[in-house]
Amino acid sequence: MSRQSMRANDPKKVSGELFTLTYGSLVAQLLKDYENVDDVNRQLERMGYNIGMRLIEDFLARANPGRCYDLRDTADKIQQAFKLYLGVSPSIGSWSPGGDEFSVVLETNPMAEFVELPDHCLGLRYSNILAGVIRGACEMVQLEVMAWFIADQLKGDNVTEIRVKFVKRLEDAIPAGED
Amino acid sequence: MSGSKQRPSILDKSLSRGRTEVSLTAYALLFSEMVQYSHNRVTSVNELHNKLSELGERVGVRMVELLFVRERNYKRETKLLNILLFVKGTLWKSLFGKEADKLDRATDDERIYYLIEKEPLVNRFISVPRDKSSINCAAFIAGIIESVLNATGFPAKVTALWHKGTTFMIKFDDTVLTRDKQLEGR
Repeated sequence: MSRQSMRANDPKKVSGELFTLTYGSLVAQLLKDYENVDDVNRQLERMGYNIGMRLIEDFLARANPGRCYDLRDTADKIQQAFKLYLGVSPSIGSWSPGGDEFSVVLETNPMAEFVELPDHCLGLRYSNILAGVIRGACEMVQLEVMAWFIADQLKGDNVTEIRVKFVKRLEDAIPAGED
Repeated sequence: MSGSKQRPSILDKSLSRGRTEVSLTAYALLFSEMVQYSHNRVTSVNELHNKLSELGERVGVRMVELLFVRERNYKRETKLLNILLFVKGTLWKSLFGKEADKLDRATDDERIYYLIEKEPLVNRFISVPRDKSSINCAAFIAGIIESVLNATGFPAKVTALWHKGTTFMIKFDDTVLTRDKQLEGR
């Protein structure tokens, strides 16, 4: 008896399972290529950064998000981007008193379906690519931020949580290729 | 960080039903990073193909488990033609939302089959440099097919070629054909 999923053939979408497994294969490859998990974490972040730098363009074109006047606007856009690209709606919260730091909280993490961390990989930040994407995307709109994981369901936490901290506005950045 | 916490077992979660979707842009950019990463670590086109194929292999074995449990009620395939149709149909639909364009058989060698996909998903946003026109990043998909066939007991070698779009050349091991003939009529 076949229970073939009836996926509407939307040309702008791909199977979440293909995405998850492809990402998993990449992480496995990095673990094979590098000697320690810290290097893997760093490499994942860098790949995310590269993706973010290109993704922001697509986001601006597709979502027409308009200008952000403060970090709360930015947080809303990040939330919107998660919905648009990964099909999940994270919540935004845990603002710092100064309003320069917030959390992106994921109830389900589309990167980590089918994943179980083996005991020798507990230092691995499996979804670290997401932190890189946020940093890369923000940098392209003249916003330097730090992004890092503070909770991960793969490590037994209730939610997956990414902390984002505003560093500074990049005033004099010259667009790439226009020097 | 959280060593004392109880980590959830994957078996406690219910199996994904395969309905989730992500944006094509996200996938294309992720794949592009994978290709660049692999490209930086090799010196020849052949090595690049092997690297991409290796990345695909890990996807393939997992798809076998997933699909035979979810779509096939644990029933395995024993016939050569049926496993090819499984790849062309069930596997392709779950991965790419459509069947593969065409399945052909070589006229001169009974071990060889061709699976043709005019525009594979992974190639849609990749422009191949002119001096390395033989690069075909669908080697990743070839790796998926190869590992699916190996994991289901039909050892084969699969290569991605530029022909009618992309053609996956599937060359089965001799043992596969011998066994298939024995099964004939059963």
